[in-house]
Amino acid sequence: MTAPTTTANPTSSASYAGPVETRVVSHLHPEGSFDPADHEVPKGLEEIWRFTPLKRLRDLHKDAPLDGHDYEVSIDAAPEVRAESVGVDDPVRGSSTYKPVDRISARAWEAADRLFKVTVPTETVASKPTWVTFRGTGAQKAGAGHVVITAEAFSKATVVIDYVGSATWAENIEIVLGDGAQLTVVAVQDWDDDTVHVSHHHAHVGRDASLKHVLVSFGGDLVRINASVEYAGTGGDVDMLGLYFADAGQHLEHRLFVDHNNPKGRSKVEYKGALQGKDAHTVWIGDVLIRKEGVGIETYESNDNLVLTDGARADSVPNLEIETGEIEGAGHASTTGRFDDLHLFYLQSRGIPEVEARRLVVHGFFNDVIRRTGVPEIQDRLLQTVEAELAKHVGVSDAVASREA
Amino acid sequence: MSTLEIRDLHVSVATEDGAKEILKGVDLTVKSGETHAIMGPNGSGKSTLAYSIAGHPKYEITSGSVTLDGVDVLDMTVDERARAGLFLAMQYPVEIPGVSVANFLRAAKTALDGEAPSLRTWVKDVNGALERMTLDKTFSQRSVNEGFSGGEKKRHEIAQLELLNPKFAILDETDSGLDIDALRIVSEGVNRFSAQGDRGVLLITHYTRILRYIKPDFVHVFVAGKVADSGGAELAEELEANGYDKYTKAAV
Repeated sequence: MTAPTTTANPTSSASYAGPVETRVVSHLHPEGSFDPADHEVPKGLEEIWRFTPLKRLRDLHKDAPLDGHDYEVSIDAAPEVRAESVGVDDPVRGSSTYKPVDRISARAWEAADRLFKVTVPTETVASKPTWVTFRGTGAQKAGAGHVVITAEAFSKATVVIDYVGSATWAENIEIVLGDGAQLTVVAVQDWDDDTVHVSHHHAHVGRDASLKHVLVSFGGDLVRINASVEYAGTGGDVDMLGLYFADAGQHLEHRLFVDHNNPKGRSKVEYKGALQGKDAHTVWIGDVLIRKEGVGIETYESNDNLVLTDGARADSVPNLEIETGEIEGAGHASTTGRFDDLHLFYLQSRGIPEVEARRLVVHGFFNDVIRRTGVPEIQDRLLQTVEAELAKHVGVSDAVASREA
Repeated sequence: MSTLEIRDLHVSVATEDGAKEILKGVDLTVKSGETHAIMGPNGSGKSTLAYSIAGHPKYEITSGSVTLDGVDVLDMTVDERARAGLFLAMQYPVEIPGVSVANFLRAAKTALDGEAPSLRTWVKDVNGALERMTLDKTFSQRSVNEGFSGGEKKRHEIAQLELLNPKFAILDETDSGLDIDALRIVSEGVNRFSAQGDRGVLLITHYTRILRYIKPDFVHVFVAGKVADSGGAELAEELEANGYDKYTKAAV
């Protein structure tokens, strides 16, 4: 990419040591509250809302009733894993320690009337991914959901939530990892074009547990997902991977927050996005906070955007707040670039037609992050989806067309 | 029997101060079976000649012609030129993240042949070509040029030359930055290519040392954007002894 790149790599404690405070005050991660009234109706100038087209939120951020139930859920669970719908009074609710940090999240918390609960029992290894398909059947009425995924101590599992169809949907997803648990959570936003989806994922990562959290966003008119992580003890290991592909008019927003509130944790954030078409808009916010308790942690976050056509816009904002210099490492990088003419020249100079060369470059761009999801079913699906998205703008090469014929 | 013919080629690049002419009327004819060495000082326009023939978008052809068996090359897209039989081994091959060497080579071979190569023989061919360049098998799983050493990049270019087997190969300072072992390996690859008897090579170099391994039929001295002198292999020996001074002074 010939794009501007920003990196920050603190190497000495002196240069990055922040003020010693027990409580962090920052507009990027305010104190939460369950009461919607504690969250003002956003006007659009607020830091956490300034990239989001509020007019297209269908009043989710104001007072739209969240009583719609136009959806179907189908479940294909691993035999070792329990997946069930329970009442909102179930004690598992709130077990991630999450408190809603914005108005839509608080309203969804209040409005949800069922709780979808996935539990991986202690020391259980799931024999296959647990697949939850959420199919919206209408975007007219807004609805609210609440999901709690719990991987109990020393369990190991993969949970995929696959969002398809039409919906106006606000939700909270709690992810709780017991000590030593290994959990992969994948959420695929493969909505129809008329969907508005606002979601908050919050993960509570147990001592020496490892979480791989993957967000994939292709569909929907407006998708805005917050994903936050905090550590319940020392040694938690978090990978956050994301992949998005915005077409004309789509708004896809991913806001990440890693709170290194315990020692010896590790976090690695890698998001990759492509944009094509007029007014395709993506937003990536990567906040990392290293509290003074976060000694010995290591964090790195990166976001790369590939702009395929004119008229698309990618916003990418990494933020690193460091309150202790006693860490292994912290850094971030953000790039936004167009197709590199030199890449195309090199490939074409070997006889590869331009369309095919573009395909190769885009696949190459996404390849590593797709591979790292580690879920074969998802990898195949993502490769196909990237191919389908590419066909819209970049075109289909003769080679591909003849293969499909 | 093919002929690559360059006639009165003028090429400019855009600079902050407007268009700057780099090539000022190049004439050169390369026939299949011939190896031509183009030698010249830095900044003489050797690489511009290579890139212009390949169709790099940075260079603007202002006049003149390049034809392959009478067909206008300058009218072709970059990939069409490659499919017509031209190959450029680059001085600085670009890194293409996430695209494996294996995928890249297969895509190139498929494009050149118009059909995908037979899987069984192709894998063997690729492994053989890499092995002859002393690149191990895992090399094909790495991303194209990413993290390659300078020598690996050049050996990868020559492995491609062998696999794609064009009519004419233009080697742009393939020898630069190579240690003596790598230089010998790369030269052997080029010689295998030439040994087919019906392939043409345009070898662009700053130094004479590669000519100890690759014997040119013709040597051209390139100065100030044009061919200043032409001769046989003995011209290279003279350049080795006396340098380019005679020509650069004359050009000023």
